[in-house]
Amino acid sequence: MSTMIKYEEKELKVVGTRPRRPDGVDKVTGRARYGADYKLPGQLIGKVLRSPHAHARIKSIDTSEAEALPGVKAVVTRDDFPDLAVEYAAAGELTINFHDVTRNMMAREKVLYDGHPVAAVAATCESIARAALKLIKVEYEVLPHVIDVVAAMQPDAPLLHEEQYTEGVKPRPEKPSNIAKRLEFKLGDVEAGFLLADVIIEREFNTKPVHQGYIEPQACLASYTEDGQAELWTSTQGHFVFRAQCAKLLQMDISKIRVTPTEIGGGFGGKNNIYNEPLAIALSRKSHRPVKMVMTREEVFRATGPTSGGNVKVKLGATKDGKITAAQAELSFQAGAYPGSSVSPASMCAFTRYDLQNVLVVGFDVTCNRPKVAAYRAPGAPIAVFGVESVIDEMAKKLGLDPIAFRLKNAARAGTQTYYGVKFGPIGYVETLEAARAHPHYSVPLGPNQGRGIATGFWFNIGNETSATLNINEDGTVTLMLGTIDVAGGSRAAMAMMVAEELGIAFDRVRPHIGDTSSLGFNFITAGSRGTFSSGMASVVAAREAIAKLRARVARIREVPLEAVVWQDGQARPAEASPHQFVPMSLADIAKVAGKTGGTIAGHAEINAQGAGPGFGTHIVDVEVDRQTGAIKILRYTVVQDVGRAIHPAYVEGQLQGGAVQGIGWALNEEYVYGADGILANPGFLDYRIPVASDLPFIDTVIVEVPNPNHPYGVRGCGEVPIIAPLAAIANAVENATGIRFCELPMSPPRVLHAMDKAAGKE
Amino acid sequence: MSEMRYEAPTTLAAAVVLLSETMGSARVLAGGTDLLIQMRAGRISPELLIDIKGIPEMTSILVENGCYRVGAAVTGMQLIEHEAFAKEWPGVIDGVKLIGSIQVKGRATLGGNLCNASPAADSVPALIAAGAVVSIIGPAGGREVAVETIATGPGRTSLARGEIVTSILLPRRTPYCGDAYLRFTPRTEMDIAVVGAGVSLTLDEQGFCRQARVALGAVAERALLVPEAAAALIGTRVDAAALERLAAAARAASRPIDDKRATREFRLKIAGVMAHRAAEIALERARRRN
Repeated sequence: MSTMIKYEEKELKVVGTRPRRPDGVDKVTGRARYGADYKLPGQLIGKVLRSPHAHARIKSIDTSEAEALPGVKAVVTRDDFPDLAVEYAAAGELTINFHDVTRNMMAREKVLYDGHPVAAVAATCESIARAALKLIKVEYEVLPHVIDVVAAMQPDAPLLHEEQYTEGVKPRPEKPSNIAKRLEFKLGDVEAGFLLADVIIEREFNTKPVHQGYIEPQACLASYTEDGQAELWTSTQGHFVFRAQCAKLLQMDISKIRVTPTEIGGGFGGKNNIYNEPLAIALSRKSHRPVKMVMTREEVFRATGPTSGGNVKVKLGATKDGKITAAQAELSFQAGAYPGSSVSPASMCAFTRYDLQNVLVVGFDVTCNRPKVAAYRAPGAPIAVFGVESVIDEMAKKLGLDPIAFRLKNAARAGTQTYYGVKFGPIGYVETLEAARAHPHYSVPLGPNQGRGIATGFWFNIGNETSATLNINEDGTVTLMLGTIDVAGGSRAAMAMMVAEELGIAFDRVRPHIGDTSSLGFNFITAGSRGTFSSGMASVVAAREAIAKLRARVARIREVPLEAVVWQDGQARPAEASPHQFVPMSLADIAKVAGKTGGTIAGHAEINAQGAGPGFGTHIVDVEVDRQTGAIKILRYTVVQDVGRAIHPAYVEGQLQGGAVQGIGWALNEEYVYGADGILANPGFLDYRIPVASDLPFIDTVIVEVPNPNHPYGVRGCGEVPIIAPLAAIANAVENATGIRFCELPMSPPRVLHAMDKAAGKE
Repeated sequence: MSEMRYEAPTTLAAAVVLLSETMGSARVLAGGTDLLIQMRAGRISPELLIDIKGIPEMTSILVENGCYRVGAAVTGMQLIEHEAFAKEWPGVIDGVKLIGSIQVKGRATLGGNLCNASPAADSVPALIAAGAVVSIIGPAGGREVAVETIATGPGRTSLARGEIVTSILLPRRTPYCGDAYLRFTPRTEMDIAVVGAGVSLTLDEQGFCRQARVALGAVAERALLVPEAAAALIGTRVDAAALERLAAAARAASRPIDDKRATREFRLKIAGVMAHRAAEIALERARRRN
């Protein structure tokens, strides 16, 4: 059974206010415990030996010298893990295949990227563990490699998987290929649509893979006992999903693994996947000691998921009066070492902001010798939308239309049939466009070398399996146990606020915690902007269950019928006009006598939350281009987004600002630099340039609230939409400033200067 | 497992003895902002670390005959917060301010920035433009050399075995002089120079440039003193034509490489732009200073 709770308009006391987050003090005083802060008596340090090659066959692994080094307590390789058959499972917005997950965790036949794990060691200290890695002898047969997506698609490209035949092509291809899958989304007839067009624009775009750039490297601590139980502390976006993956990879019962999520120093999709966790458990099993594993930043860059780089071809047709007649795109995404990029959600997001009759989107999922990609905030959408919103901008210019007016003319609304399947219910896209047009930013005059750009984004948002428990404590305070991770955005505050609203008590009477996997039923990973939507719904279900029990308890204590008791303002009160009047009881009054009147009171929810509301955003950006150096300065930035309902507006604003900042980094400077040898040349924050505070203006935000009808407080989810539009918005602003359209990311100074000098005939 | 030894001598003599008598690899530890990172990355594993922060001569800023002598272990923040020094040498401060974050500058030292011998070190082109002189002590006694002779290539210096840089002496300031350092980086902070340019110049009362020194960072295997660029300014009012000649000379003197941070082509263009803009700032400062 799925759960949906309808939105009700009501007077709110807590929702919509801005109280201080429950985790705030611990975080600013340094008390908050992140992955690397956990320690156990007798723990060992685990380190991973990684491939120095982009592509090679493993001929042999000899660990005998490492095992003989004093202080080394265990070494594991592929031989310590069972091989697994092809079996798919959901992990966030992307699908995983255990056949590949076990190989990505520890290489079996081949290493497929620089940094691919080959062996792991546990030793009494880090320096011994590092010394042991140097004693492991791996014999490789180095193979030719391929890094970029277009090259990997060529028929003669070095092949990663000899058994991989392109899915989704009929008849089945005769030769294996790096193209793992072809997929297609279609509505109407694009050929007919292009015949109706007065103007057709065709462009090709390329983006680089970018990393999620979370500040906290992956860190975990595992302890395996002699009776076959494992405990794991880890920095994760989904402890239940990690538990299931570890159980599968180590062939254990799920009940025998308990995972405690630590505070998380950022994830953005990059902590949806296991890396060191099964290795730490296996090393603990072998050494009979707890094992701690903390990645270095270099390991994070070499071996954990970036998002895809992509090649995007867009063709758009429109009539002279600004109506889009046909929209076509071809998206080729790097999946990294194993199939499973975000090309599918990207395909579904490419044109979804528009009400279109004729659409064709074809996607290709392509393996290449890079780390297996992971989800990154609205996985894939920014890549597709960079191309599409650039072409939309160019089309508006060609037609002589204001870019917002052109988008409004074609905007998706309630009732729009999308090309990927659903028909939209109430959505707030038009409202964001209108709010952007009315914002003072949109009309402030620009100076020389300055330009303004607009772009928009859409993301589905999801619900899924969610559990929550709410305990009424003896003094009438409430402990709320949640199973979605507060991925640092402050979502636990939002859940406590909704519970306080339901119960009619003050926010600080509700203390939210994130429970371990033994304290709650299953919770799907915190992805797809589902945290506040689904855990909020579960918290409301749990609160309403507790209220039902509280009313029943008071009915029994006061000896009145149940229907005579209502819950209002934190009290059980006699229903108005009821013949059964009684002295009201507050939550504290009931809690005080709960033990003697039937036992403690709690509320539970084990739901599959449905009815997530699509989110839309419109971004405005002003840039200034330094014509002598090619440097782009972001002068002003405004994010307008429909979030359904902002439970805690300050934390919603934080999400909108953070998404925009990550998009700015993607647009301007972030890229992986590989040498001709297939080795990553910039595995660190010095040369992988995420923006710093001084690179950015204050990011202005406008929260639009078109409530989601399928959530008790109207929540849509807000974390992913804001990273989608910045790439195109900035490219459109740079075009406005320089007259040059950039189809390659990042728009780094050397690339921008080169293009400007070329356009000026200086080169 | 080999063990590492850590020593913190309190006199220069003791430091020299430690450094010259150690049979294995020894490294001088000042702020450690480069050294500890190289050790963590496994690039070096010294057997002896000699921490020089306990030696008084190395950590003080002194005035000698109207000239500033800055100890090699003086931190970036110490220098930035020294108001009188910052007023005399705003260009040196420009460079020091660009080293890492405030936290990094709280540890990083002027001597460390110099002896780490990165071609992109931010304080070095400003010190070269300033005409700084470096005091060195070693087993054979003391010597003094021009700052531009210390680094010989990435991570390599002209220091002999057992020698330590103890302090850096800046010349006396005169009226109508000004200096500036400017670098290009894709990010505004927490970055490494793609190109850096230091310019120091002195005007006469009529506004003609009488003396000038120009240095470039990150365009060769070490920071370069570029006399041809300085010559483009001397005798002029540092007008547009002179600045154009300066930029051309800076480009001509550069011999950059293609690497992950930028292309050779880009660095050549930017070397001229940075030298030009740094000279304009130095000129403005010189005009204000009388």
